[in-house]
Amino acid sequence: MFAIARGAIDVVAVEDAVRAPECGAVVTFVGAVRAQSDDGLPVVGLDYESHEPLAVQTFEEIAREARERWGDLRVAVVHRAGVLDVGDVAVVVAVAAPHRAEAFSACAFAIDEVKRRAPIWKKERYRDGPAERWRENP
Amino acid sequence: MTVRVLAFARIRELLGAPESTITLPDGARVCDAWSALTGRAPALEELSSSTRVARNGLLVPRDERLQDGGEIALLPPSGGG
Repeated sequence: MFAIARGAIDVVAVEDAVRAPECGAVVTFVGAVRAQSDDGLPVVGLDYESHEPLAVQTFEEIAREARERWGDLRVAVVHRAGVLDVGDVAVVVAVAAPHRAEAFSACAFAIDEVKRRAPIWKKERYRDGPAERWRENP
Repeated sequence: MTVRVLAFARIRELLGAPESTITLPDGARVCDAWSALTGRAPALEELSSSTRVARNGLLVPRDERLQDGGEIALLPPSGGG
C-alpha cells in the first residue's frame, strides 16, 4: 500500500496491509501534526501538498531500496494531503519482517527517506499572528 | 514548442497557478524553461539551486532537452512527514 490520502489515515489498515504469516515483526511509524514549529511558534495546523504520482513512485522506490538492504520485507507508506489540525496523523510507515531488527531498521530508513525526498510540501499555520510559512525538511 | 509546467508549494504561489504553459524555441532545455519562468516571477531566482525538476516521473538535469507538448514538474525542497 503506497498512497497519498485525502482523508484521515486508518493506521490499522496500513498495518494490516503488511501483515503476513512469515512476518513475526511489524514496526509502524505514525507521524502526527505537532503543536510547535521547529523554531517554537504555536502551530494550529498544516496544509500538505504533493505531486501525487511522483510521491507514490518515490514510496515504491524507497520500499525497494529497503528490501535490497534488509531482505524480504513488506512495506506500506501512506501520507496525507490537504488541511490537517494539530494531532492529526500526517504519515504512516509500516514494515513487516520475519524478525524485529530488520523491521525497526527498515522502518527508520523508510521514514527518513520519505522526509528527505518525497515530493510533499507543508505549510504551517500559526496561532496569534505569525504569517503561514512553507517549511522544508533539514 | 510549448511545454506544460506543473508547479508546487512556494513555486506554485510565485507563479500564481498550479499549471501553466510556456512557449520556447525549438531545442530548448530545462534551463531555458526556468529562465522563461523567472521572467514571469523574478522571486523564483533565489529558489533556483534548491528546485528539482522532474519529467515523466524522473528527475532531470537542467541541460535536458525539452519536447514539444511535454510536461515538467518544479519541485521545491521536500517538507513531508
